[in-house]
Amino acid sequence: MSIFIDQNTRLLVQGITGRDGSFHAKQMMEYGTCVVAGVTPGKGGQTFENKVPIFDTVADAVAATGANTSVIYVPPPFAADAMMEAADAGLALVVCITEGVPVLDMTRVYPYVQDRQARLIGPNCPGLITPGASKVGIIPGRICTPGSVGVVSRSGTLTYEVVYQLTRAGIGQSTCVGIGGDPINGTNFIDCLAAFEADPNTKAVAMMGEIGGTDEQQAAEFVRAHMSKPVVGFIAGQTAPPGRRMGHAGAIISGSAGTAAEKLDAFKAAGMGVAQRPADFVTLLQERL
Amino acid sequence: MNIHEYQAKDIFRRFGIPVPPGDVATTPDEAERIARAYGTGVVVKAQVHAGGRGKAGGVKLARTPADARAAAQQIIGMQIKGLTVPKVLVTPAADIASEAYAGIIVDRASKRAVFMVSPAGGIDIEEVAEKMPDKIMRLPVDPRYGLLPFEASRLGFFLYKENAKLARDAAKIMRQLWQAFLASGGSLAEINPLVVTTGGDLLALDAKMVIDDNELDRRPDIAALRDETAENPSEVAARRANLTFIKLDGNVGCVVNGAGLAMATMDLVKYYGGAPANFLDIGGSSNPEKVVNALRIITRDPNVKAILFNIFGGITRTDDVANGIVAATRDTPLTVPMVIRLTGTNEEIAVQILQEHGFSAMTDMDDAVQKAVRLATGGKAA
Repeated sequence: MSIFIDQNTRLLVQGITGRDGSFHAKQMMEYGTCVVAGVTPGKGGQTFENKVPIFDTVADAVAATGANTSVIYVPPPFAADAMMEAADAGLALVVCITEGVPVLDMTRVYPYVQDRQARLIGPNCPGLITPGASKVGIIPGRICTPGSVGVVSRSGTLTYEVVYQLTRAGIGQSTCVGIGGDPINGTNFIDCLAAFEADPNTKAVAMMGEIGGTDEQQAAEFVRAHMSKPVVGFIAGQTAPPGRRMGHAGAIISGSAGTAAEKLDAFKAAGMGVAQRPADFVTLLQERL
Repeated sequence: MNIHEYQAKDIFRRFGIPVPPGDVATTPDEAERIARAYGTGVVVKAQVHAGGRGKAGGVKLARTPADARAAAQQIIGMQIKGLTVPKVLVTPAADIASEAYAGIIVDRASKRAVFMVSPAGGIDIEEVAEKMPDKIMRLPVDPRYGLLPFEASRLGFFLYKENAKLARDAAKIMRQLWQAFLASGGSLAEINPLVVTTGGDLLALDAKMVIDDNELDRRPDIAALRDETAENPSEVAARRANLTFIKLDGNVGCVVNGAGLAMATMDLVKYYGGAPANFLDIGGSSNPEKVVNALRIITRDPNVKAILFNIFGGITRTDDVANGIVAATRDTPLTVPMVIRLTGTNEEIAVQILQEHGFSAMTDMDDAVQKAVRLATGGKAA
């Protein structure tokens, strides 16, 4: 078991003929993900790697292949439209990898996707992976191993670092989700925590937040009030100066709000394990499993 | 991207918002000439991408052209929060009856652009929010409809309950501000203060806009407003090389792939008793060229006593990074020690490349950080 994706995931790749899209489509197929369709307007009728049919529109692709999940690798100016097209075509899960989507575009995408009851993950995220079953996005498959720790994070490579350390220590993962580093994203920590709480195969959760916003504080409150499973948290950016964007569009301390200290305090107050550094996840999770 | 007050005022003016006249000076001579042309008392205001200009002495009232010259002399070139002031705005002094605040931010929690207005203007809006929350009206804008006329009216009447004319004028300014914000791809637009003059007119006395960096590609006219003379030179060089770089005060230079890991690396440097000299993200698919540029930028900082590479190869190929390190140090040999940690994609090839050129590589993040801190502090920490 897992959250959001499993062996029943039938994946459609938007932007499958682009540089990033084609590279990662191949990687996902090699991992064993069931890639059923690609979409590139104007290239309908062609096939990708002699296996995957390409369509001009998402609606065509869904009608022909029964795809239930989409992953988006289109350039930033077209990403908002791609997310809305996927939601409108009835896909239950839409994962947007694209970095650089304007935030005002996201203010329009979010209600559109909500109205169509689709789950959006990202943008500006590495996607997700259920080790041994399905990978949607760009998380390197070989650093993961199946197991019972759910992983949720706002970052890409920091997630890889932690997952890699867990795998080396023999701690497997149920599903790893990168929710993305933008100020407005489709799925937040609470959505993932609730899904992990409901997933019988997840026994504990590792959560990697960062400076900026209040998503982690609300997640901590959710853990306190609604979670029976142990959660260990980390916050990146304890040394970040206020008012500066630390790479991710959402990683900024505004005035005195969104600091690492206030997030870590919220974790402690919620009875969560607090990792001072990535390596602490191993020991803190071992104690709790 | 930050833009200057005078640039934000130009945008506001284009959308019909009443702003006072003003001209930009880069020398005291120019400031004097501008003040003489206005023939009134003027305010000389530092144009710099930092808050708290007034407290730092970057805003001065000048009664005569000679005063304006003296003020500009003091302000141009002064440092405010580590940034050099490249120019000043010279603008006629206004007679103020009252001050209010009006602004738009993108609110992460409601996932919408939100108007904030307050009759308590001229001061920090965060302070007002904390101490007098009932003095602020917050109004999230539904992106499907934009700012509706009745919403603009509510904002106007919240500011000027006692005066229907001012309330209606303010409502018009709110609609204009919304249009300016949308058309510029803003992440923040602020009028602070919005004043009522002794003549009874509304005037946007100060203007601030922050542009979403992700909007710049599709708005070349806005992107052209970037003033590199007002930015940290290292950060300008990094941006040109497609790197994200932020200078800090420590002495361990950090080169990392990915923003989250870059922050976590800085934090680990501090955890082991050191201090990071910078945030630097070389991005996902790093080619050797990026590594060369990254090393060049970091070694320019005289504070840097050790360099730490922390690369987790997912999409990033660690052999690309190794080739970049070799190329960069061949051109300009390093004068400070370097610690390289890399793991992941093509790690064996990377290690071989490095060893052939006399470098060694580590695989554990904690070990590497401790070693870098030890080298930077001369063994005093970690």
